[in-house]
Amino acid sequence: MLRYALKRLLSLLLSLAVASLVIFFVIEVAPGDPASFMLGINAQPETVAALRSELGLDVAKWQRYLDWTGGMLTGDFGTSYTYRTPVAEMIRDRLWVSLPLALYALTLSTAIAFPAGIYAASRRGKPGDIAVMGATQIGVAVPNFWFAMMLVLIFAVNLRWFSAGGFAGWDTGVWTGIRSLTLPAISLALPQAAILARVMRSSLLDILGEDFMRTARAKGLSRRQALWRHGMRNALIPVLTIIGLQFSFLLAGSIIIEQVFYLPGLGRLVFQSISSRDLIVVESVVMLLVFSVILVNFLVDLAYALVDPRLRART
Amino acid sequence: MNRNLIIGGLLSSLFVLAALLSFVWTPFDHAAMDIPAKLKLPGAPHWFGTDHFGRDMFSMIMVGARTSIAVALVAVGIGMALGVPLGLTAAARKGSWLDELIMRGNDLVFAFPSLVIAILITAVFGAGALNAIIAIGIFNIPVFARITRSAALSLWERDFILTARVSGKSSARISFEHILPNVMNLLIVQGTIQFSLGILAEAGLSYVGLGAQPPTPSWGRMLADAQTMVSFAPHLALVPGMAIILTVLGLNLMGDGLRDYLDPRLRVVRT
Amino acid sequence: MSLLTISDLSLSIHKIRILSDVSLTVEPGEIVAVTGESGSGKSMTALAVMQLLPDRARTTGSIRLNRTELTALPEPNLCAIRGSDIGMVFQEPMTALNPVKTIGDQVIETILVHKAMPPAEARARARDVLDRVGLPADRFPLSRYPHELSGGQRQRVVIAMAIALRPKLLIADEPTTALDVTTQAQILDLLKGLVADYGMGLLMITHDLAVVAEMADRIVVMRNGVVVETGQTRSLLTHMQHPYTRMLFEASGHRVKLPPAPEPQALLQVRNVSRDYRLPRTRLLADPGRFRALDDVSFTLNRGERLGLVGESGCGKSTLTRAILGLDPVQEGQILLDETPVFSGHRANSAVRRKMQVVFQDPFGSFNPRHRVERLITEPFFLLQSPPTGAERQAAIAESLVAVGLKPEDGGKYIHEFSGGQRQRIAIARALIIRPELIVFDEAVSALDVSVRAQILDLLADLCVAYNLSYLFISHDLSVVRTVTDRVLVMKSGRIVEQGDTETVFTAPRHPYTQSLIAAAPRLPDLESLKRSPHHA
Repeated sequence: MLRYALKRLLSLLLSLAVASLVIFFVIEVAPGDPASFMLGINAQPETVAALRSELGLDVAKWQRYLDWTGGMLTGDFGTSYTYRTPVAEMIRDRLWVSLPLALYALTLSTAIAFPAGIYAASRRGKPGDIAVMGATQIGVAVPNFWFAMMLVLIFAVNLRWFSAGGFAGWDTGVWTGIRSLTLPAISLALPQAAILARVMRSSLLDILGEDFMRTARAKGLSRRQALWRHGMRNALIPVLTIIGLQFSFLLAGSIIIEQVFYLPGLGRLVFQSISSRDLIVVESVVMLLVFSVILVNFLVDLAYALVDPRLRART
Repeated sequence: MNRNLIIGGLLSSLFVLAALLSFVWTPFDHAAMDIPAKLKLPGAPHWFGTDHFGRDMFSMIMVGARTSIAVALVAVGIGMALGVPLGLTAAARKGSWLDELIMRGNDLVFAFPSLVIAILITAVFGAGALNAIIAIGIFNIPVFARITRSAALSLWERDFILTARVSGKSSARISFEHILPNVMNLLIVQGTIQFSLGILAEAGLSYVGLGAQPPTPSWGRMLADAQTMVSFAPHLALVPGMAIILTVLGLNLMGDGLRDYLDPRLRVVRT
Repeated sequence: MSLLTISDLSLSIHKIRILSDVSLTVEPGEIVAVTGESGSGKSMTALAVMQLLPDRARTTGSIRLNRTELTALPEPNLCAIRGSDIGMVFQEPMTALNPVKTIGDQVIETILVHKAMPPAEARARARDVLDRVGLPADRFPLSRYPHELSGGQRQRVVIAMAIALRPKLLIADEPTTALDVTTQAQILDLLKGLVADYGMGLLMITHDLAVVAEMADRIVVMRNGVVVETGQTRSLLTHMQHPYTRMLFEASGHRVKLPPAPEPQALLQVRNVSRDYRLPRTRLLADPGRFRALDDVSFTLNRGERLGLVGESGCGKSTLTRAILGLDPVQEGQILLDETPVFSGHRANSAVRRKMQVVFQDPFGSFNPRHRVERLITEPFFLLQSPPTGAERQAAIAESLVAVGLKPEDGGKYIHEFSGGQRQRIAIARALIIRPELIVFDEAVSALDVSVRAQILDLLADLCVAYNLSYLFISHDLSVVRTVTDRVLVMKSGRIVEQGDTETVFTAPRHPYTQSLIAAAPRLPDLESLKRSPHHA
């Protein structure tokens, strides 16, 4: 088990290193010099040079790459070109919106998908199954930002149960915070729940066809007992993969949803930074998103090993 | 033939036909503004109503279908053209450094959700339909590489591959002659699913301004334009929304139907 | 009052008749074997007794366990009977156990689900039962997982689960088909012992008539869902009434007559061949260790000779086959065909390859389903520098199809239009088409029903006369190897432990392993001598 974990950890570090290289060099080829952009076209060359040195743009590329990655390891993400504030602080503030939103959505999605998928699988081919599968088919097809607009129209504009957007911050109370994240979370979660429910169902149906399920029935377990005691843990393996993938989609997808609800999250930060060519912010936020995806995949790999003893043994 | 395939096929071909038709005919000029006739509700002569500039929504949907379908189709093409050979190669050299490299590369691309790729590309090259295609296309590569590899791997275990090797055929020839035809069904079904995902992704990118730029009409940007007016003119959001939903639904139904028709055991992935 | 009484059981799925008026009984302490070829409905009969049939199966007739009518019983009552009054053992031990639960938990579950005893006692009982089936506590603690066990050991766990509550009736569906002969013999002994100890009735489903003859008190022969004949083992063996039964037994012991082998002249020479596989590392920095799949293997196959290779799974048969065919390189030693190495440098030598062909086991996996037969069987032409074209090619296709008993028109069909036996004929046609000097038959008749197998063996004998074939016949089935080979090699753990004239090796094996192998293989009784001396039981 330890060896397995170490091996996955090694591959995590390698992925991070390569990802950071890719991001750094993609951004490096970006046309335009941030210093000239910030100072405008009429700036004196000396001023530009001074700013370039202040921003650390005048050293060799590989040196900057090492400064950037080395800085991130110590929590120093550099200084924003436009705001002249540490990028780490900006990201931290925004993370307090984006991360809770993604987690909230993931919780909702799992809470909806698991019962729906299990219900459909246990009533295969019956009206209940057909209804759930029909609903998920539509759920998969609905763009989450459109769904968000409809939620705003119904629950904020007409019913006035929620505010249409904005986020007052967690200082005003946890409940206020959760309330303003509820519509965004639902709009993120439902389409994902539809996918997850389908995966859950088909994974369970696959397991129901396995030989060991028949063995379980031959021991005298009822269908339900066999499903819960023998089917569930095995069916969870593909479901875990999807949950891992979904987390990254939720985090990235929240970038779009933040636009609908005017939430001050990472997404809005990225868009502002792109338009002001504040590339160090873009670079860092993208790196953070990629890091979270890789980290979640690592956690999913560890979860596999907990579910499946064959993986633990193969160490 | 099954019900899914028929309904799905009809729905998706409806939108493909609308897109093709828009090259030669639309009820109105999709770009023509008519301020006095702005924000008209659906009815004659504007079947889907008009937007805040008085443009005909029906014509805009038809032309917008062009953008959506073109972006998604080309992106699937990129994903298949690069992903399938990579997957075939990885499977043919299973366990080698090349396989390892391809699979690690796949994992790496998977770590960049398509939206993040789009953001990176936009940050460097600016927004546009071409960049949306590249972003979605890059994301499609590992999807096709992965399913091709796993399907090919199980085929490589089969005896008919061994007899081909006994007949002295190279692994490249075997991949092309024996493996590829046998993964075709899977690729067709997965291609349909990726096509529908591509339409959703294009709509999302256009919505946040990373996709097609004005004056090219696109469903995603129609929704972005509608956002501030949705409270008093809901049709501005409903019409493009329905267009997206029905197209994606049609493609997904068609994908499921094709799978049932071609081979119900096919393992497609949907994320 | 019998323990199990099946009367007039009929079953259909989607309006397709699977069973018609099946009747049979099992008494306490009795072993009843149901036998027949694939599609006979024997497994479906077993599942019907468990009432674990596919959802769409419709049944009529009656199945009684003592006085209880099982077909009329509601599901909760059936659950109470399954595992408690009736236990079942399945064919595939590799997949019959839940991979994520320990073997202890899985055995204990049988006891706990019936609330037969408190958990602590259930644990002790599970331990006892595992001991009883030959899995002692020191090597097989309850905390073991299925993937840590071999196939035979897993089958013992499945049996332990089935007998944990000492059911009155045990159903075993092909319980040893997936196992090696020595393991099969142990499992069959175990089942016999359990029947004797516990006085259970055993309903055993098997296609292997030798197993049937050795195990059963009574035999039920089925064909296409109908019981064609049933009787006490001895009387059925001596007075077979139904022609199908007679055909079945004849085909099982089918012998062919090979033409005499010519004077020895080496064709294939395998000299001191060894092959290692790297094992996965067990510790981070430790040496990964190696597994020696082939260990100094040497033998010669002469021109016109039919050589057999027998051994159990994992003995190195497949590695050797792949090395001979030039699919994998070897690390030490040399393989020569006609004095030319099969592998030169890092590439297989195509001039040598063209003299060899192969026929594999699986009649369903050996062909690309998307190609027509003529394209399938002409694949070896790829080896030739100037393959025949046009009329010449058509003639070659027709000739090899006719040679294996098919029609030239069959070349235009797809593989799914053929039965398993026909597919094996097509595989042989493919091997013959370039007139190879050596054919490797890799378990080529193992997946076939006995009657089809007999036909293919006849075909082989005919081809030996017509084409003067030399072949290497690899099989785990000793009785088949005995009839189609002149000489035989016995392989164990990567080494050839014995080789010699086939009849000599089978009648007077010298190596202890060969002796145990031959002793373990179930044998059909000699029907003639049975008839002549009806008083010896």
